[in-house]
Amino acid sequence: MDTNKNLYTVIYSTILVVVVAVVLALASYLLKDKQERNIEIETKQMVLKSVHLGTEAATAADKAKYIEDLYSKYIKDTSIQEGDITLQLYICTLDSKEKLYILPVHGTGLWGPIWGYIAMKNDFNTIFGATLDHKGETPGLGAEINTPEFCKQFEGKQIFENGKFVSILVVKGGADPKAVNQIDAISGGTITSKAVEAMLQSNLTEYLSFFKANLNKAVPVDEVSAVSDSTVTAGADSTKAALTTPIK
Amino acid sequence: MNKKIFTEPLFNGNPITVLVLGICSALAVTTKLEPAIVMAISVTVVTGFSSFIISLIRNTIPNRIRIIVQLVVVAMLVILVDQILKAYSYEVSKQLSVFVGLIITNCIIMGRIEAFALGNKPFPSLIDGLANGFGYGIILVVVAFVREFLGSGTLYGIQIIPLNWYLKNGGFYENNGLMILPPMALILIGLIIWVQRSISKDLIEKQ
Repeated sequence: MDTNKNLYTVIYSTILVVVVAVVLALASYLLKDKQERNIEIETKQMVLKSVHLGTEAATAADKAKYIEDLYSKYIKDTSIQEGDITLQLYICTLDSKEKLYILPVHGTGLWGPIWGYIAMKNDFNTIFGATLDHKGETPGLGAEINTPEFCKQFEGKQIFENGKFVSILVVKGGADPKAVNQIDAISGGTITSKAVEAMLQSNLTEYLSFFKANLNKAVPVDEVSAVSDSTVTAGADSTKAALTTPIK
Repeated sequence: MNKKIFTEPLFNGNPITVLVLGICSALAVTTKLEPAIVMAISVTVVTGFSSFIISLIRNTIPNRIRIIVQLVVVAMLVILVDQILKAYSYEVSKQLSVFVGLIITNCIIMGRIEAFALGNKPFPSLIDGLANGFGYGIILVVVAFVREFLGSGTLYGIQIIPLNWYLKNGGFYENNGLMILPPMALILIGLIIWVQRSISKDLIEKQ
């Protein structure tokens, strides 16, 4: 048979493409459940990691079950309605009865999406822990945002300063050790570092009125206004002050 | 005959050190042993089966779209490998990230199809593909072994250098950070090529 005829070539490529498409569709269909389950477990593990739980996942005999058990024990999925936007929120109740609020954050890195979970203490100011991850940042540079060393920097940082929402700044050239809201950027990963900063800024802003509503619930109104009159500089009190004044 | 097809790519016709193909992924995935081994297995599967499939249909392929047909077959296998890794070895697939997809650009695969599978029967083609994958894998594992051991003090994720040797724990030892960076992989591959050429002198080009 003459394999160089146009008709032959067209028919050949059509059949080839159809066969390959069927094979790939079949594979995708068969493996979908397992892949989605992996992603679900990974998400849960990230949420747990932001509150320093699930640290033994790597050595657990049945990782999926270990994560599921911890998750159902400590974490409650919920969401809050902010106008017509629904914001995801995870509430973690530690053994010490301390409540932590975990906020998912999403942003765009250098090459693709970046995301993470930020656990806030119930003063809605201090960060308890954070986990970040990325789709495909540069290995060794931007990709370092998901390392424990980078994420650990967030612990104890505060997103309000003198009553003003300042988010967390990722500082190129090194953070000021005295600043409560600065962390070190990654050398060679400036664009990803700045993306983390922008992601936190925009995502945390969405939750500001939720922070406000919850703080007011916890603290009597007159006490809040008293706080905002005085000149408290840092800590939970300044959060209240910030949140009772309108957010611009 | 088949034995020679199998042993040739392991040493004297090694795709990385002699043919100098597939260098980029050899630099990228060799900081740790585990991703290097998974990558080696993935590439072996893809080279083996793509050579086999192309050899099966070699007499039917229209010559004008030969390269496209090869690409479609290789791409299909790469996507399959990627999907299977995502389902059964999620952690590793995340570590390898884009490099699994980039197996398709690994010159070894297209190189072996063009040079061997198009002109040989399916079974020898399968052996040739697998052997080239192994040849690639051996180098990857050697490089990853050195880089992980000297760069992180671990092997396959297990701590080998005693923790109390480290400077931060009051010892005298420090991991060599240079080992983690890509240039060191290139230097290591260069050293391997040097060793190989001093063992087998007929690899040296005549002036």
